[in-house]
Amino acid sequence: MLIIFVDQWKFCHYFLSMKAIMRIENLKKNYGNIEAVKDISFSIPEGTCFGLLGPNGAGKTTTIEIMEGILSPSGGKVYFREKEIDNHFKQKVGIQFQSTALPEFITVRETLELFRSFYPRPRSLKEIVEICSLSDIIDRDNRKLSGGQRQRMLLGLAIIPHPEMVFLDEPTTGLDPQARRNFWNLIERIKAENTTVLLTTHYMEEAEILCDQIAIIDHGQLLEIDTPQNLLTSHFNGALVRVPHSGRDDLKLDNSILQGDFFEITTKNLDITMKELLALKLNLEGLTIKKPNLDDLFLKLTGESLRT
Amino acid sequence: MRKFTAIVYARTMEFLRDKGTFYWNLLFPIVLVVGFSFAFSGNNDSIFKIGKIGEIPRAENSFLEFSSIEIINYEAGKEEVIEKIRRHQIDMLIDFNEQAYYLNNEASASELLRILGREELVNFTEREVAGDPIRYVDWLVPGVIGMNMLFSCMFGVGFVIVRYRKNGVLKRMKATPITPFVFISGQMVSRFIIVLITSIVVFTGTNLFLHFIVNGSYLLLVLITVLAILCMISFGLIFAARLKSEELASGLMNLITFPMIIFSGVFFSLEGTPKLMQTASRFFPLTHFIEASRAVMIDGAGLVQIMPNLLVLGGMTVVFLLTASFFFRWE
Repeated sequence: MLIIFVDQWKFCHYFLSMKAIMRIENLKKNYGNIEAVKDISFSIPEGTCFGLLGPNGAGKTTTIEIMEGILSPSGGKVYFREKEIDNHFKQKVGIQFQSTALPEFITVRETLELFRSFYPRPRSLKEIVEICSLSDIIDRDNRKLSGGQRQRMLLGLAIIPHPEMVFLDEPTTGLDPQARRNFWNLIERIKAENTTVLLTTHYMEEAEILCDQIAIIDHGQLLEIDTPQNLLTSHFNGALVRVPHSGRDDLKLDNSILQGDFFEITTKNLDITMKELLALKLNLEGLTIKKPNLDDLFLKLTGESLRT
Repeated sequence: MRKFTAIVYARTMEFLRDKGTFYWNLLFPIVLVVGFSFAFSGNNDSIFKIGKIGEIPRAENSFLEFSSIEIINYEAGKEEVIEKIRRHQIDMLIDFNEQAYYLNNEASASELLRILGREELVNFTEREVAGDPIRYVDWLVPGVIGMNMLFSCMFGVGFVIVRYRKNGVLKRMKATPITPFVFISGQMVSRFIIVLITSIVVFTGTNLFLHFIVNGSYLLLVLITVLAILCMISFGLIFAARLKSEELASGLMNLITFPMIIFSGVFFSLEGTPKLMQTASRFFPLTHFIEASRAVMIDGAGLVQIMPNLLVLGGMTVVFLLTASFFFRWE
């Protein structure tokens, strides 16, 4: 893996040569006149974590639910191991919806047992409890779980069939930072079992840490698809400079976008950029320089902030 | 089979732990039966009801002209009238053609009527009929239990599945290998067990105090109950097949259940109601349950006599299930 990281081209080649576990082809979904998904195609290599990113309403959930076989597409095909998805598919994958209601008045243990009964060769209760750290809440009523506990339990349901692939639709939305980090550890554990993960998220940090490959979609269209590193290097070669415009927002600067009270300038050569700024006599108090991350990329691609 | 029993278990636990619903299902019919038995326990026999067959001969100061005596004219069907005396529904029958009168020797009114008629009916033969009185509550109890069954089946299956659809439980089920058939039958069986046990408990519980008349077989009563529960659950499933809104489901179910309760003869007999109403009531499962159980309890009817009701219940169940499965969608 080290060599691959050194050479990005080799890294790409590595992905292309890997067998795709899942592939979608020209996927379309209309709700009346609204085109929620317009012709999206991509494939997910086996054993990787694939991130589907986009602002609210971008078509993430529609796409993932078509892939899960929950929604039927208006056009296009979904392949799992090069076959169109069928009834057996549901025994091979684990699904966690964005919001899932659970039967009320029954405990975590009873819920897990209920769902275990649906699969021919379920994971043992002990193993699920161990992987998802459920031992302290195992006899608690579903209704009394906190956000983080609930997500852990829902992940427990998703991994019951020893899935070859799990679908996680915004699993960490609404969790506090601590609970979110705990959940990342769970996902890492599942990845370590060589399970393919398809994850949608709002959090760029999460995608950067967990995902091997990222697809950014907006308005139902695929904007970019690559590894996080490749995406960043191809879009931001260098550093990101943020400087307050101090009322001079009419200035035209190369490679910059106006973001609130700041100019955000992407630069390959920091030295030249700084000299230019000084020449413009901009007030440099409050200037920051940082390495661009996925948040910045996202902003650049979609023109909107992810967390809106 | 394992998934099936798991679903039945989960649904039953959900019901048992939802204390409010649990006690409501059990207490509501008990309160209703006991309440009615008190409300109608007063002896309101201020008027004697005398049936007659044939012409009353003219007589001065005949006791048959007393204002406290109501004369009901019967043309034919003497056997049925005698049955009414047996059940204390009328107090006396005078057959002027045959010069005979009938009294129930277990009714308190009989002694008084015998004395009153001593002079006028001097040449008449007295024929005695025996039989315990049928109280309103004996007649009411199948109705109340049937009504409770209807509510419990419609809302416990129909409404709950609509709720599952609305809050996403059904969607989660769709994401598993489970089929709608297994899931829905699990729901049905759980509710079936709950309603059967509730009905038996309510009947046995109120019977401890009220000692209902049961002239027929208890086994037959259970058979009627089993068929009726299946029929009502299947009826509820029709509502559960597509609806997504709990409000709409609850509104529609109330719209259907209330006329059923009123026109199925839960609280009053359909005898003497307009023909149209009687015809409409034949389409309600509740009518057939009540009719058959009353026949078994009060008239001591056997399997053959109630067979039409049982066949209708069975037939309706099949029609309802087919309709529901045709329309069913997970979402």
